[in-house]
Amino acid sequence: MRISTRYAAVALAVGAVLTGCSSEAGEAANDAAENTVAVETDATFAAGTTMARIADAGELRVGTKIDQPGFGLANAEGTPEGFDVEMAKIIAAKLGLSEDQIVFQETVSANREPFIQNDQVDIVVATYTINDKRKEIVDFAGPYYVAGQDIMVAKGNPEGITGPDDLAGKTVCSVEGSTPAENIRTNYPQAQLVLYDVYSKCADDLRNGNVQAVTTDNVILTGLVAGSPDQLELVGAPFTEEPYGIGLKKGDDDFRTFINDTLEESFEDGSWEQAWDSTAGAITGEPAPATPTIDRY
Amino acid sequence: MNGARVLFDVPGPRARRRQRIGSILGALLVLGLVALALWRLGSNQQLDPNRWSILFDPASNVPQRLLAALVDTLQVAAVGMVASVVLGALLAVGRLSDHWWLRVPVTVVIEFFRAVPLLVLILFCFLYLPKVGISTSPFGALALGLTLYNMSVLAEIFRAGINSVDRGQAEAAYGLGMRKWQVMSFILVPQAVRRMLPVLVAQLVVLLKDSSLGFIIGYMELLRTARSLVEYFNSLYGDTYTFQLYVGAALMYILVNVLLSQLAKLVERRTAQNVKTTGTAPLDVPGGVPALTGQVTGTV
Amino acid sequence: MSFLVDNFTLLRDGFLTTLSLALLSGLLALLLGTVLAAMRVSPVLALRGLATFYVEAFRNTPLTVIFFFLVFGIVYIDLQFPTKFVAAVAALSLYTAAFVCEAVRSGINSVSTGQAEAARALGLDFRQSLTTIVLPQAFRTVIPPLGNVWIALAKNTSIAAGFAVTDLTAVLSRLANANGDQILAVFAAVVAAYLIITLSSAWGFSVLERKLAIVR
Repeated sequence: MRISTRYAAVALAVGAVLTGCSSEAGEAANDAAENTVAVETDATFAAGTTMARIADAGELRVGTKIDQPGFGLANAEGTPEGFDVEMAKIIAAKLGLSEDQIVFQETVSANREPFIQNDQVDIVVATYTINDKRKEIVDFAGPYYVAGQDIMVAKGNPEGITGPDDLAGKTVCSVEGSTPAENIRTNYPQAQLVLYDVYSKCADDLRNGNVQAVTTDNVILTGLVAGSPDQLELVGAPFTEEPYGIGLKKGDDDFRTFINDTLEESFEDGSWEQAWDSTAGAITGEPAPATPTIDRY
Repeated sequence: MNGARVLFDVPGPRARRRQRIGSILGALLVLGLVALALWRLGSNQQLDPNRWSILFDPASNVPQRLLAALVDTLQVAAVGMVASVVLGALLAVGRLSDHWWLRVPVTVVIEFFRAVPLLVLILFCFLYLPKVGISTSPFGALALGLTLYNMSVLAEIFRAGINSVDRGQAEAAYGLGMRKWQVMSFILVPQAVRRMLPVLVAQLVVLLKDSSLGFIIGYMELLRTARSLVEYFNSLYGDTYTFQLYVGAALMYILVNVLLSQLAKLVERRTAQNVKTTGTAPLDVPGGVPALTGQVTGTV
Repeated sequence: MSFLVDNFTLLRDGFLTTLSLALLSGLLALLLGTVLAAMRVSPVLALRGLATFYVEAFRNTPLTVIFFFLVFGIVYIDLQFPTKFVAAVAALSLYTAAFVCEAVRSGINSVSTGQAEAARALGLDFRQSLTTIVLPQAFRTVIPPLGNVWIALAKNTSIAAGFAVTDLTAVLSRLANANGDQILAVFAAVVAAYLIITLSSAWGFSVLERKLAIVR
């Protein structure tokens, strides 16, 4: 088997295990940073609560993204992997469910709230920013991570972009309807927005030189840069705060408290940090940030 | 006007030579363009066998995923096809009803679902039916959206087909003492379906392709799976495999759709040979009965 | 309701983008499709083969895939469209032309043989008999199928939303995302805007059909 140095370097950078296989891409299949969480075996909940219902049903339905490296990305087998997925595993474990008992459903940006309202999923863990408008129709546990909007540019930063103010007159790519796009539209109206439906298309456009910058939450950009480190780079100066929460049905305060407790516990016992190191942290190569403060509103 | 051969003479020796030269020049031009495209692809390293091997290497799990996704695509399309053909036939009969209280609502249903973009229809089925107590999985919502849209298109195709059946057929059936529903179900609809077969299949091909709109509600059909694989490999190798994966998915669609069309041609030839149906073979339709040609292509 | 009034400009711009996408691509597809149909009945084998190949390839590929190749694929052969709108028009016209071709060809086949025979007997050549005798008659009988193709095209423009064109569907996702509590109103407004295009043209085509119908 011959692996060019470039592929090898990239593969090593993401922590892939290189073993004998016949195509460069084949090795991706072995890139499974398995992270098992100890399942609570004697979990009991008061009858009538959501926790009891889920534990009895033996299945936790989780809405997640499958196209965001580091947080929620379907691997070659189609199974989602990432920090969001690890959060779901931690919650499932507290409910007495193993990770095989989690049913993942892709949530497209346009339908995250209806997903919860229609009871199609129990929780949404999908790089879901907590904001007041959303709080009117769903409730949030967490935050379990605080991201920030950042900018990705071509390698070497030919345009010399260091912050959002430099975007004036530049073509900037983002996703239609997303919070970062909305932020640029309102606060930096001189930037020319190019809006796709997924970020991978933005990365393509930046590689092709069709746009001069891509903007969204730093963690999403980091995942994109990881794939093409010799073509793309991150400016690395977040200019907003995006607290990621776990969405659940409005008014289910018991369930919200339960998830908040679970999250706090995971902050303390190190499983949160472990989850970070094996997913998003493996991409950035940076240690886990300080744990966020749970907002029990 | 079949074959359209009346439009030109059988070419003589000079015309044949001219045509041959023209054909060769044209072929050279096309080949030149293809070669140019291949050369540019090659110089951008897109023809590197290592890049294409991902489509066939089981270790990458790509062939397994794409085939499984093809099965998912075919499943949802099959449900949509059967349901929309059956409902489409019923709606066509309803629209031809003598009773206004049946005809009017059926017409409204057909016109409405034909006019709404399928993307919006699928999204609506997924997000709003649960609000009125009908729980839908992505599979169910996609199948339902495809059915609602295609049944209304097919209803119009069938209606045109029924209208194109020679009036004598219905008259003879009434003469034999058949009731209206008998005339419809035993005489008109079977002939209409046979006659509209090419159009019907063209529409089923559209249905199959439209199943790719399932991405909007997270149904992992062929195209969405290809994109998901692209996104995964993007996170490891940049855009190394992007082009190859999309070409692979596109070829799978073309292959399945061409097979479907060929199957239809086969069925058509077989029914055309059947003595019982010779009277209804499309070739014998008197010079473009407007109602028939009126719908011959289905929609896009 | 005030919500829709607030976003009226956005909806109107989306509507106009969708409409101009549809009109431009419709026109180009009609031209290209007619040329392809003429190629499919032409005496030159190579032209027939080329047109058949074109139609089969484009009819059997999902529109999204065509969009992808025109926006991201052609970069690999060092080509590029000036704007995303132009790329969208190109994708929609190339795709729709295959369906226009099939509609027009069915129309050509529906013109009775005697017409072409008479034209040929008068000494008209292939081009003359096609353009002055057959096609004008064919277009009348293909008005309904062309109408269907046009309506489908108007709706297919929604795919452009995924490729950086701010059409009605893009407006739908922008508004729906920012206003989770108003989704039903957003849906209703966008569907209504599409219905304005599709239903009015369906009506227009049926009027045209009745006006131009050939009584035999």
